[in-house]
Amino acid sequence: MKKVTIIDYGMSNLLSITRAMEQVGAEVVLTEQPEIICEADYLILPGVGTFPDGMRELNKRNIPEAIHTFLKTGKPFMGICLGMQMMFESGEEIEKTNGLGIIPGEVVALPPVQQNGEVNTIPHMCWSEVNYKRDTKQTPFESIDNHSYLYFVHSFYANPSKEEDCFATSSFGDINFCSVVNHKNAWGMQFHPEKSGEIGLKILLGFLKL
Amino acid sequence: MEAKRLIARLDVKGNRLIKGIHLEGWRFLGDPNEFCLKYYQDGIDEIIYVDAVASLYGRDSIKDIIRKTTENVFVPITVGGGIRTLGDATEILRCGADKVAVNSAAVLRPELISEIANRFGKQCMVVSIQAKRKGDTWIVAYDSAREYTEMEVAEWACKAVELGAGEILLTSVDQEGTQKGYDNALIQAVAGIVNVPVIACGGFGQISHFTEAIEAGADAIAIAHALHYQKISVADIKQEAIHKEIPVRPL
Repeated sequence: MKKVTIIDYGMSNLLSITRAMEQVGAEVVLTEQPEIICEADYLILPGVGTFPDGMRELNKRNIPEAIHTFLKTGKPFMGICLGMQMMFESGEEIEKTNGLGIIPGEVVALPPVQQNGEVNTIPHMCWSEVNYKRDTKQTPFESIDNHSYLYFVHSFYANPSKEEDCFATSSFGDINFCSVVNHKNAWGMQFHPEKSGEIGLKILLGFLKL
Repeated sequence: MEAKRLIARLDVKGNRLIKGIHLEGWRFLGDPNEFCLKYYQDGIDEIIYVDAVASLYGRDSIKDIIRKTTENVFVPITVGGGIRTLGDATEILRCGADKVAVNSAAVLRPELISEIANRFGKQCMVVSIQAKRKGDTWIVAYDSAREYTEMEVAEWACKAVELGAGEILLTSVDQEGTQKGYDNALIQAVAGIVNVPVIACGGFGQISHFTEAIEAGADAIAIAHALHYQKISVADIKQEAIHKEIPVRPL
């Protein structure tokens, strides 16, 4: 049985992601201890809440160093929602805060108004299409059709500096934003695979096959 | 493309699914988890649980229901009913709910909205508004529409959003349980002035009610009765939506 370590830093609905990973056959370990995080086989950073709160809670527990140590092993890492956002260099939610710096780029607010003056509904809270920018072979998305609908809940989005780090985009109003980021063994998903029905579960299963 | 959401609303009393009429009077329908799982398998986009008697009897049953739901239902779950404090919200979210819906407690103490939004983010904070028609406007009701305020619904919706509401669950007390359609003028009045998603609730009876509510500006519609009594299926509504070129998550 594949063992998945989920980082518990007091910021999210761990039950949903735990249940979803168990549903696809994983054994789940919840931990806030850096030494266990370093030793993980598969590592997930979930997250609901604000960027500054999230980083503060991670820093308090010395988790950022542990994540960087883990990433050097080449084993698969996945950030979900705020977990994805914190993979970047900085976030502008509430106050400018440094992130984990795994992926170059920053996290910015979704635009409240479109170019034509139309007002956007924020948070972006709905099922949206995910459109691939890269080949899905040997990725968690290998068995997922392009343009599949997945569940999003967010008010900020990540803007990778390097185009090649953007694995897939989704649209919001009149912009396209990066909804899946990937650099080497690090994956970030703005949507919630654990809340995206059977397709979401398939992505988690795909992650376990990495 | 952003999909319009179809939400199953399940009112529970103790450990049983109930269906009320005009938010008063109940009928027992069965095990909420069984209903919920079926809707999930049928392709529902979201679930809303409302604990009808939480304020009177405590919340242990609803917590058990949420925990059980998260075992095999992998779409977002909102829970409302009897949430009065940040502590109540924390407990409900810990059981696996994704969002909490607050009604009476927010009417009586609006700061609660900010407290929950600041701690868990706006996306967790659904403000549930019970709207009662009065002349050519709507006033805010609470406590299962047993109590009324002097406040206008549109005004309260704006204030709730300002305080941190990430979504409005808008229930028409007049249409609830009638199956005669949503109060589309109400949806228009609220969706037209807030920039957060509005869920239309109360009155679904036939497929055309879905398209009308979406056209009025709803981002999502909640259905109870028609689903619970199998008068309509999730597939029926999604097919109609696709036919009318309303974006929905395909089955």
